Amino acid sequence: MKKIGIIIEAENGQIKETNYGVITLAQQDDAQVYAFILTGVDDEINEGVKENLAAWGVHGIVEMGFQAHVMENPMVQAKNLVAAVKKMDIHTILGLSSAWGKDIIPRMAALLDAPLVMDCMDVDLKNNVARTTQYSGKAIASIQVRGEFVLFGIRPNAVQPLPCPSEPEYLPFTVDNAMPDNFKVLSRDYGGQSGADDQGINLPEAEIIIAGGRGMKNKENFSVLFDCAEKMNAAVGASRVAVDLGWIPYAHQVGQTGEKVSPLVYIACGISGSIQHFAGMKTAKMIIAVNSEENTAIVANSDYYVIGDLMEIIPELTKQL
Amino acid sequence: MQIYVCIKHVPDSAANITIRDNNDQNNHGQDNNEGDKYGIGENIAFLLNPFDEHAVTEAAALKKEYKESEIIAVCFGKKDAEKTIRSAMAMGADRGILILTDRGHDSITTARALKAAIEQDGNPDIIFTGKESIDAEGMQTMFRLGALFDFPVVTNAVSVKAVTGHGGPDDTPGKVGPGRAIVEYDLGGGKTRTCDLGLPCVIAAGRGLNTPAYPTFPDVVKARKKPVHLLDFTDLTFDQPLGSAFTVGLEPLVQKRSPKEIKGSPEEIAVTLVTILKNEAKVIS
Repeated sequence: MKKIGIIIEAENGQIKETNYGVITLAQQDDAQVYAFILTGVDDEINEGVKENLAAWGVHGIVEMGFQAHVMENPMVQAKNLVAAVKKMDIHTILGLSSAWGKDIIPRMAALLDAPLVMDCMDVDLKNNVARTTQYSGKAIASIQVRGEFVLFGIRPNAVQPLPCPSEPEYLPFTVDNAMPDNFKVLSRDYGGQSGADDQGINLPEAEIIIAGGRGMKNKENFSVLFDCAEKMNAAVGASRVAVDLGWIPYAHQVGQTGEKVSPLVYIACGISGSIQHFAGMKTAKMIIAVNSEENTAIVANSDYYVIGDLMEIIPELTKQL
Repeated sequence: MQIYVCIKHVPDSAANITIRDNNDQNNHGQDNNEGDKYGIGENIAFLLNPFDEHAVTEAAALKKEYKESEIIAVCFGKKDAEKTIRSAMAMGADRGILILTDRGHDSITTARALKAAIEQDGNPDIIFTGKESIDAEGMQTMFRLGALFDFPVVTNAVSVKAVTGHGGPDDTPGKVGPGRAIVEYDLGGGKTRTCDLGLPCVIAAGRGLNTPAYPTFPDVVKARKKPVHLLDFTDLTFDQPLGSAFTVGLEPLVQKRSPKEIKGSPEEIAVTLVTILKNEAKVIS
């Protein structure tokens, strides 16, 4: 039976929910699914994590217990993950195309000298054909990969997770904690100066995004979006104009040169909808436009639209939530 | 320092693309089954990949500090891609290398060819790339380049500082060439990690790294006189890759949305929106 390895992304001892869709995707071909979890050597992975992996359907859990100082070093992690998949004779590897995944999955592909498709919307694992957007979101490409090993980075939220109870076995793997002398991690910044907020929700993984553009008029008005986002557990996005004008840090930018997102709902406030902006949010399931102008690309390409003053409508929405 | 910047000649994101069937064109050469079956019509504007602008800008900033440095822009493509090399030169590259090829290659082959071209040319201290190209959106060539050279790699860099020495009290920017790079990179949501990379290394530029300045007219004129060395892809020698990726289908991403207006007072609109979020999108309860 075919074996598939999934690189699980965890944060603060919790599995990110976006992993479950990847597990569902891996099951399509009746494959044996192995989850690789990166943990500190002294941390017991908590029972909740194991239960969750069992509920969504993995056959094996490989715990990669690193020394604490290695947990921040993607080079050591990728090297060990490659050793682990090789040892277990796994030739198909999936992971999330999240910010973390973009730092780990391509490192593995490079070490394996194996083909990789990032940001997959879907993968046919029988034929190794992945679907992904190209050309600034204007086309969908089907990319076939061939090789001894193949890797796929899956776009968060692209696959709807389906529960599939299983009884996973635990497989040990002894990691090599040796650090390279040409790649040392000095520090990590959880936000602040580089412009993050305490919001804690990553744009690519959010189910709802409320985003502002030129129509926000100034920096202060963005607080209206943050208030609304907090009420519905959404992330706040922005157009390039809003970022360039200094109204909001670039970490919030959605679009071709910002984050590419596929939320279930994208609420665009005062965004006219340039091609470059659509490149980042075109695959949203539902687009709701709130704009003062009807004759805009965002309205023409929305599912619902409201013509009016967003400074009246959004606070009212916050109130109703 | 020798700073190489790998740049890509990409279709303007504002252009309307047309999809082209390559099946007739790929039936020659050594790997007739492995080429991309589809591409796009090339009769549109092409330009320097936006993330690569950040890469060139950062290289130019480093050269201001380490004046002895040389910046070499390396690009793949047909003769037409020379235009993109000229753009990089107007932004600070001293000379260019164009690897001539009439078709696209996957990142496994691209990285091999880039390495062969760079090795033929000199000894890199830093290789810059953009964090992804806006056409293929592959996000992996920098890591492959690093693995082939055995250099450390960082992607989505938001700050780069080259320092001398190998970790000690004398590690301040100085006149001697640097031995290390302190690179901060974006982990999403504004979180960052700062790393100490031994040179040579590969750094892929993110959007937050700097603000590329539009070249002035004298810069553009000067760029016209800078040398571009042409190399033929088929003349480069490298190990044949064992794996490959190729496009077997390409279709326009069409939107099938039928916009419906929500009308009423702000309060009525808000009530309707909540109903939609709750019952139709099912994202709130």
